[in-house]
Amino acid sequence: MPAGHFQKKSSGTKQEVPTTAMPDIVFMLLIFFMVTTVLREVTLKVDFTLPRAENIEKIEQKRLVSYIYIGPKKLKGGERGSTSIQIDDAIVEDMQAIRRIMYDKLQQQPKLIVSLRVDDDSEFGVVTDVQQELREAGTLRINYSTRQEN
Amino acid sequence: MFKDTKKNRRDEGGEIEGSALADIAFLLLIFFLVATTIDIDTGIGLVLPPPPDPSQKPPPIKDRNLLKILVNQQGMVLIEDEPTAITEVKQRVIEFVNNKGQDPKLSDSPQKAIVSIKTDRQTPYKVYINMLDEVKGAYRELRNRASMAEFGKKYEALNDQSRSKIQDMYPQKISIAEPDQGS
Repeated sequence: MPAGHFQKKSSGTKQEVPTTAMPDIVFMLLIFFMVTTVLREVTLKVDFTLPRAENIEKIEQKRLVSYIYIGPKKLKGGERGSTSIQIDDAIVEDMQAIRRIMYDKLQQQPKLIVSLRVDDDSEFGVVTDVQQELREAGTLRINYSTRQEN
Repeated sequence: MFKDTKKNRRDEGGEIEGSALADIAFLLLIFFLVATTIDIDTGIGLVLPPPPDPSQKPPPIKDRNLLKILVNQQGMVLIEDEPTAITEVKQRVIEFVNNKGQDPKLSDSPQKAIVSIKTDRQTPYKVYINMLDEVKGAYRELRNRASMAEFGKKYEALNDQSRSKIQDMYPQKISIAEPDQGS
């Protein structure tokens, strides 16, 4: 068959994708990520590796969670010091202070969940002490933070 | 006066250039993409008992309804004072909770069964978590079994109403014993 019959007519208009809507789409994505981002990352002063467990549950409402970090204190030069407790950005020296801090947090957020992020080489004694303080403060919902076992 | 200060406007170039807007938005977008952490927190949930009231006596619990698990300082797990491998904990808890009055040494009913966990101050945290994981696993299996029998679905796939029904059948009663003083 002769191909000459099917010559295409090239139109005079330019074949370009309209890009005027692109900033709108980008802004929409941007706003989504701005809303979902939680920027409240604390600087960790203690070192910990979370233990692994199989039967874990997810905490969906991240806003309810308050963290307590327990592990060896980070020293200069990558050394590990004695076991310390960190709440928010500061190391708590006095056990009694935990009660006060957690009580204040509970007043602000009555559905507070305390997530304990404890180094897996710690001894349980210090966790017991923290738990006793939490009981006194009234923050009874706790969560031992663990990672999924592979 | 007023007419003198008035600027001569040109017809072209009176608009703000809009093409850079997309670039700026992209830059911000990439920043937030990088800064976002979508990792969901996972862990083992537990509800602590309220602080003990010295004026009130603890309610009497029949010995058969209490499964005592002790994790000692060497990281050994003892169920009712006999050493148990950590892999056996799950089976033991299932037997204990799901006894339903058959064995006189084990629980009356799943509603009455209480798993009591006790630790030493020197207990390694890792062992404690492993043990708690096993106990949670036992309850999860029991609930899954019950929900398969009742609704033909896994416990996780149930809606809230049927889920609470299963929860009533197998309430998770895990008690953290008062820690020993000293040592």
